[in-house]
Amino acid sequence: MARGVRGPVSLRLRVRLLVLVIAPCPQPVGAASLLPTTISAMSKQLSFKLVLLGESAVGKSSLVLRFVKDQFDDYRESTIGAAFLTQIVTLDDGSTIKFEIWDTAGQERYKSLAPMYYRNANCAVVVYDITQSASLDKARTWIRELQRQADPSIIIALCGNKSDLEARRQVTKEEAQKYAEEEGLLWTETSAKSGEGVTEIFNTIARKLPTSPPPGARGATTSASRAAPGANGAPRGVDLNKQPNAAGGGDACNC
Amino acid sequence: MDEEYDVIVLGTGLTECMLSGLLSVEGKKVLHMDRNDYYGGDSASLNLTQLYRKFRPGQEPPAELGRDRDYAVDLIPKFIIASGGLTEILVHTDVTRYLEFKQIAGSFVYRDGKVHKVPSNEMEAIKSPLMGLFEKRRAKKFFEFIQNYKADDPATHKGLNLDGPMSAVYEYFGLEPSTQDFIGHAMALHLDDDYIKEPARDTIDSIILYTASMARYGKSPYIYPLYGLGELPQSFARLSAIYGGTYMLDKKADEIVVDDNGKFVGVRSGDETVKAKQVIGDPSYFGAGASGEGGKIRVVEEGKVVRAICILKHTIPGTDDADSVQLIIPQSQVNRKHDIYVAMISSTHNVCAKGIYVAIVSTVVETDKPELEIKAGLDLLGPIHDKFVSITDLFTPTSNGKDDNIFITKSYDATSHFETVVDDVHDVWQRVTGTKLVLKKRELEVES
Repeated sequence: MARGVRGPVSLRLRVRLLVLVIAPCPQPVGAASLLPTTISAMSKQLSFKLVLLGESAVGKSSLVLRFVKDQFDDYRESTIGAAFLTQIVTLDDGSTIKFEIWDTAGQERYKSLAPMYYRNANCAVVVYDITQSASLDKARTWIRELQRQADPSIIIALCGNKSDLEARRQVTKEEAQKYAEEEGLLWTETSAKSGEGVTEIFNTIARKLPTSPPPGARGATTSASRAAPGANGAPRGVDLNKQPNAAGGGDACNC
Repeated sequence: MDEEYDVIVLGTGLTECMLSGLLSVEGKKVLHMDRNDYYGGDSASLNLTQLYRKFRPGQEPPAELGRDRDYAVDLIPKFIIASGGLTEILVHTDVTRYLEFKQIAGSFVYRDGKVHKVPSNEMEAIKSPLMGLFEKRRAKKFFEFIQNYKADDPATHKGLNLDGPMSAVYEYFGLEPSTQDFIGHAMALHLDDDYIKEPARDTIDSIILYTASMARYGKSPYIYPLYGLGELPQSFARLSAIYGGTYMLDKKADEIVVDDNGKFVGVRSGDETVKAKQVIGDPSYFGAGASGEGGKIRVVEEGKVVRAICILKHTIPGTDDADSVQLIIPQSQVNRKHDIYVAMISSTHNVCAKGIYVAIVSTVVETDKPELEIKAGLDLLGPIHDKFVSITDLFTPTSNGKDDNIFITKSYDATSHFETVVDDVHDVWQRVTGTKLVLKKRELEVES
């Protein structure tokens, strides 16, 4: 085609993004380098899609709740209501990144997670329950699926949750760590209940993420361009939320 | 599975997923099942392995087509009208947050052996060879009328009876048959010429939808979701799940269980039966296409569509190298009753490997040699690298479901867009809930 610009038309409005997200908790969560901040329009901020995977009831949602809101609920029902949560992490050099954290919404329960879920994920936290050895097998299945389907540059963290239940441990640290090393995964144990290890694992992931968005990755590129319009070159895609603009585009009469 | 649900939904096509999502948001307890191990049913987008499994069982996809996961080939060729009903539902449910859209680069129409661009602005219209100079003036008057038209203001109706036939409107403006063809088929997107005798109001609404959609993003009235149409049902399924919907893929629905009065009781899968107050499903779960099956006839065939998925290694000749197009061959050009549609997309929309173009040629079947009926479309494509042809029955339910609580959706028709799918969603919603579907803007969460 002769014309230079093809396809991309308008930015998703930044305002739109702001009303979509559930606001991050204003309190510091754990480590000093992990202070959540509010979005500054001036700072260059990259946004990354993080997906949670793992068997039902291993504590995926609880981990995120601890990370984003520093809360824990012993009798948490299966996930309802939140499309995704966001949390902003400040790196050692003062720059910030934003995690757009996708929960499974229970769709993993009957092997019904849609491919759309992990499409363009920049990072994945695959969770197992240290008191259920079967949940590690399930985690291995998810990791194989990610290696097959997801972007090859995806950062995968294997996370043994419920470390506060040491007495009921079925999965040894050595076994999980050895597997993680073989597959090139990050690994740690966490307790969403006590908070142990939770911020650290997200922090570790944040440090491993590229400082510029990988070309072509939907999550990273658009989110980055949404958060910092123009910082990322040409916008992609059309914004359905944009109202028809009389000044732009063609005339209503086409003949 | 021993819980009782408000609604069981069978099949994860777009219609069913939209209903499931909307019902879950409304607080209904939904169980959604699909016999396949993937989302989307007939509105799925397939990777190469799935495509070959469906059309060429036992044959491996050729390595030269590239990576399996680069492909998302739609089974049903449709585009989203930018200002249409599907966009409204996408925006109002906030499902847009899971999706990214791009424009379709151009809209074309076939006339006298040549492919012409449908003008997308006034400059293109002035230069377009589709009309002669005097006809352009008459057409300009017609479009000025469209631009000023307000449905409820008779002063803008030029004294025309808009409940009368469209032919009278064409006559009033003195438009030539070829211009009528262009307006009725390339803009109002009618599949055949029946509309000429039908109330003008509907056609005028369709033209306004087209021009408003064209004005919205500039190049064509259509947008398309990256990674294929199969993303649409998945997004609505996620919406449903987020509001508590339960999802089960790879689950057979062996029997629709009814009581002595024929009222719906539950769905049997293997030796377990899940109970619910109502069931919604696509025709394939209610005996469509099954021969010799006993019991009540719940769906009837209302016609057939022939579709040919064509793998190309070049853009369509005469379309200025556009990476995505709609091309309409009006029925009058090829002595048919129904138009032939060509929809082409490419790696720009992340549906195939670079250098590959996927065109789907389709039409409503009129003869007993359906493949011959799309020849005029296939001939416009240039060399076809590979081709997958299907002939699909279109089913429609025999009853409205009010007596038996069984609500069946319609098959995806031959239109090039989703407006009739959205109509079906509104219709089923009204039958299931007894109220009109009102799209409420979801409460905004404002950043603190």
